[in-house]
Amino acid sequence: MAVHGHGALMEESPYAIPSRKLTMWLFIISDAVTFGSFLFAYGYIRVSAANWVRPFESGSVISVILMTVVLITSSLTMLGAVDASKNGDKAKAMRFLYSTMALGALFAALHLREWFQLFGRKITLSSGLFAQTFFTITGLHLLHVICGVIAIFVVAMKYSSGKLTAGYVENTGLYWHFVDLVWMFVVPLVYLTNIAH
Amino acid sequence: MSAASSSGNVIRKYLPVYFVLLAIFFVEVFLSFQHFATGTLVVILLLLAICSAALGLMYFMHLADERRNLLLTLIPVTIFVLLMMNMFWSDSVRLLHMRPGAQ
Repeated sequence: MAVHGHGALMEESPYAIPSRKLTMWLFIISDAVTFGSFLFAYGYIRVSAANWVRPFESGSVISVILMTVVLITSSLTMLGAVDASKNGDKAKAMRFLYSTMALGALFAALHLREWFQLFGRKITLSSGLFAQTFFTITGLHLLHVICGVIAIFVVAMKYSSGKLTAGYVENTGLYWHFVDLVWMFVVPLVYLTNIAH
Repeated sequence: MSAASSSGNVIRKYLPVYFVLLAIFFVEVFLSFQHFATGTLVVILLLLAICSAALGLMYFMHLADERRNLLLTLIPVTIFVLLMMNMFWSDSVRLLHMRPGAQ
């Protein structure tokens, strides 16, 4: 049998990472472009619109500071989980994964609290351009956080029972860091440019 | 090195990045209370957000530890797509003259 016909199959991966991880990177890139399109659209509307509402006061800013600290801290605990799982320390990886889930759930709760405060001030999806862009962008991000918490839970359970390897924890970690990274753009553009002076 | 001590080390290793990210965020909050024009504020905050994102990508997502091929494949393409988006979104400036409800 001619060996040269299988040359392409034997070739080393140019990225030296498992295909599962590369797939996660490609998903992250496509999701980044999705968020990018939303934020570009928001930026143009924000700069060009007259009579833009600036609803955030000091209470909302404190809430946003809390949410940001919680989310960045969850990235740190996720790093611990990925490292512990790579080293085969299941118990420690699970503790870090539970911490990440708890922080993610806390972030979602703070987010919903912020939304309900806006609803209480009659700022809803039908209250004009600010509300429409705000709820769309933060809603998309919140959806990512909730999906992330669910994904971490499922992966943690399966990793704990030995059905999944440390590679899956690492991929979930990549997704979680991406959610954190998107928030770094959402906060300044959507919250901090809309503070009432 | 034991697995347990390794996990502790990784947290310690990335703590400086964590604090830099928080510091950038607090600078953003401080700047947002200054009286800049909206366009200027958006540009400054966007630049700071890009710095935070770069740190997150390189250290939290370990892109700095991967082969350079991966970074060169993913990041320039993403930046290109986002910049192209910036080109065609500028067409939405027409909204200035087509604003719903404008007199």
